[in-house]
Amino acid sequence: MAKILLEMRNITKTFPGVKALDQVNLQVEEGEIHALVGENGAGKSTLMNVLSGIYPYGSYEGDIVYDGEICEFHQIKDSEHKGIVIIHQELALIPYMSIGENMFLGNEQGKSYKINWNETYAKAAKYLKTVGLKESPEVLIKDIGVGKQQLVEIAKALAKNAKLLILDEPTASLNEEDSKALLDLLLQFKKDGMTSIIISHKLNEISYVADKITVIRDGTTIETLDKATDDVSEQRIIKGMVGREINDRFPKRDKQIVTDESERVMMEVKNWNVDHPIYAERKVVNDVSLHVCKGEVVGIYGLMGAGRTELAMSLFGKSYGSNIKGQLWINGKQVHLNTVQEAIKHKLAYVTEDRKGNGLILSNPIRVNTTLANLGAISKHMVIDRDMEYHAAETYREKLKTKCPTVEQNVGNLSGGNQQKVLLAKWMFADPDILILDEPTRGIDVGAKYEIYCIINQLVAEGKSVIMISSELPEIIGMCDRIYIMNEGKIVGEVNGEDASQESIMSHIVSNTREKGEQK
Amino acid sequence: MNKAKTLELVKKYTMIIVLILVTSFFAWRSDGAILLPMNVSSLISQNAYVFILATGMLLCILTGGNIDLSVGSVVCFVGAVGAILMQTFHVNVFVTILAMFVVGALIGAWQGFWIAFVRIPPFIVTLAGMLIFRGLSNAVLDGKTINIKSQETFVKLFGGGANCYIPDFFHGNGFNITCMVAGVVAVVIYVLLQVKNYISRKKKGYETGNLAGIIAKTVAICAVILVFCYKLALHKGIPSVLVWVLVVVLVYGFITSNTTVGRHFYAVGGNEKATKLSGINTNRVYFLAYMNMGFLSALAGMVTIARMTASQPTLGTNYEMDAIASCFIGGASAYGGIGTVPGVIIGAFLMGVINLGMFLMGANADLQKIVKGLVLLAAVIFDVVSKRGGKFIAKN
Repeated sequence: MAKILLEMRNITKTFPGVKALDQVNLQVEEGEIHALVGENGAGKSTLMNVLSGIYPYGSYEGDIVYDGEICEFHQIKDSEHKGIVIIHQELALIPYMSIGENMFLGNEQGKSYKINWNETYAKAAKYLKTVGLKESPEVLIKDIGVGKQQLVEIAKALAKNAKLLILDEPTASLNEEDSKALLDLLLQFKKDGMTSIIISHKLNEISYVADKITVIRDGTTIETLDKATDDVSEQRIIKGMVGREINDRFPKRDKQIVTDESERVMMEVKNWNVDHPIYAERKVVNDVSLHVCKGEVVGIYGLMGAGRTELAMSLFGKSYGSNIKGQLWINGKQVHLNTVQEAIKHKLAYVTEDRKGNGLILSNPIRVNTTLANLGAISKHMVIDRDMEYHAAETYREKLKTKCPTVEQNVGNLSGGNQQKVLLAKWMFADPDILILDEPTRGIDVGAKYEIYCIINQLVAEGKSVIMISSELPEIIGMCDRIYIMNEGKIVGEVNGEDASQESIMSHIVSNTREKGEQK
Repeated sequence: MNKAKTLELVKKYTMIIVLILVTSFFAWRSDGAILLPMNVSSLISQNAYVFILATGMLLCILTGGNIDLSVGSVVCFVGAVGAILMQTFHVNVFVTILAMFVVGALIGAWQGFWIAFVRIPPFIVTLAGMLIFRGLSNAVLDGKTINIKSQETFVKLFGGGANCYIPDFFHGNGFNITCMVAGVVAVVIYVLLQVKNYISRKKKGYETGNLAGIIAKTVAICAVILVFCYKLALHKGIPSVLVWVLVVVLVYGFITSNTTVGRHFYAVGGNEKATKLSGINTNRVYFLAYMNMGFLSALAGMVTIARMTASQPTLGTNYEMDAIASCFIGGASAYGGIGTVPGVIIGAFLMGVINLGMFLMGANADLQKIVKGLVLLAAVIFDVVSKRGGKFIAKN
């Protein structure tokens, strides 16, 4: 048996209110490619952040044993010093610096008072050759494609004398060809004795490169599959990823869908196309058609990067994307929503997945956040009636059971679940007919999730329509009347809530991804 | 718990406490000279432009810590245009005033357009404006000083100089009764508003807050108003420029705290993306902030040439710095989204008191600048560190 290079023992990491990792174990042998799989939020990235020292020693429990010794990493530099280099999903390159400058950023070559550019570029060229890039190291990052940028990241890691390479979703933004090249490069490194950990949602890629696969679910290790001895088919991996039982985690709801055919459909989207706002040639939403009925909860399931948020935001007053084409019908009438104001006026609401970044003003109190999208309702001739505003905020605080001392509390001081409730309150106060909820339960604890589900049921009981975007399968299946499955910008399947199973939904995505791979 | 409450209270009123301490210090060092009626009056007249500009600057800073560097030049340019119109072209005073406001607003709109709709960084646009309008003022004035002493109506209307006071309708002897009456009326109105507010809240069953606290605050504010008016009454009464300052402070104080437009400024500074996704036109918010700054610069221009009774090419130099400093000292956040008009006025007062106090103590101008710089730095350090939960060194 080969030498164990890395062992993570009983790692437990808690965030306020959430146990992100619970007694996780991971063993990586020297010279293997080890895959880490799991649903979004299962804890993969958290685990890797613990390993690399982003969450410093002392902020978690358990041991990291690397190369035979227990390590205490206080910052990224410490782990990099040992040869553990992590390449994040979001590329961390600076566009207006050259490849060489980027590769040695924070690791500058030469004396402390003077950078030796000759040495920098000579070394850069050497590592670029290793990863198979023919570009000169003096080319600016912005002038090379995403695929090549990913290779530069790898070259950058090699320049730090990496012994253990961790790649977080390395192919998420790459096309098939570039992905294949990257995976082959990993196999090449393996021959040279490099150890890698790869995190990916693309199971076909995992099957292709990985020697061992560790499945993480809900912050715990479920199993480790060995390519040599176990069945590592995609079906088998999926079962590991999603194989939990669903008990009463979702409140019951009677069917609320309006049955009268003539006024059944609340919103319909036909042939919706959206391009990436910066890379115009990239289609983010590809010919999507869907509809929502009155009183219906419709789910849109897809993995990260499938285009769900982009679809929702482009519908919501074109707040994302360029070159948006397609038809949008609300209540039987075609509408053109060019601004968020128009979208709100047509009783559409989009509750963002990024509540801190795009949803709330953290430095302002609950009262201000609640009324922001509908200030008109609490003001006369543009003068705000503070008492009325207070009353409105208070009403929603009670309705949604937001836990806070008063509505004058700053939103930044609330827990994730309560922030989410304030965000929901804000959009409920805008009085929409259609609510698009984007990952409404991301990063909040089980109890708060249940309450959010209750609110959703309440909304449809009032005759509103809800579109729920989520990457949590159990939630989608437990809550939705109907589910659209989205992959790489397209709707690749539609299932009824009653008939849906986790395996059937996942296999829609897997088969679609595979077909695409074969066409290429 | 009690200690935490005290701390909270101290934090909330830090600048007021500092203002009182600084004033006491200068009162002691200058043998009470700073509290003489004449000096209280000149504190207002000298700093009128700071109050006006700082109020406008607050709106810009609220949108995200953006500043307007062109303010001093715009003040000078608008002043120059006004002086030329009145003195050289003999245009009617009121038409001139209107023209000056229009010119100021147009300049603001010009800068606002680039900042809001084309999204050129405000620092660049207003730096350019600073150069452009300084140059234009020079060109308009042909490098010379234009005296407007003969424009009595204008000077009386905006000035804070020798005889620019609201006349005493009651003809008090050495004591301006009008001024005192105005103070008493203001106090009565203020108290009535507080009572009405309290009763209406109580009736509707809303939280009213601590009654003792409200009374203490009301009494303190009324006392300040009365003492102020008493001092002014002892020295010729209300400077006419104070009326303009009050109008600006009251109107903008109301806009920022009680209107939807005001709310939009705070929202943009707090989280622009969230604001945009709430259906608020953020471009318009930026545009309004800078257009308004031009408008208020025009008013500051009138006040300035009236006090100087002249317009000259170097007028308004560094005015933007006074305005910016007042905002930050007064608790506006350098990242935007936080700050109030009363806070900014306290900040401007603190700067004014430091200026006047050091002048009375006979400290030279260099030292004044050093002290003002240190006060500004200290205020912002306090803001940033307290927001980081008291951690002095930022996490690497």
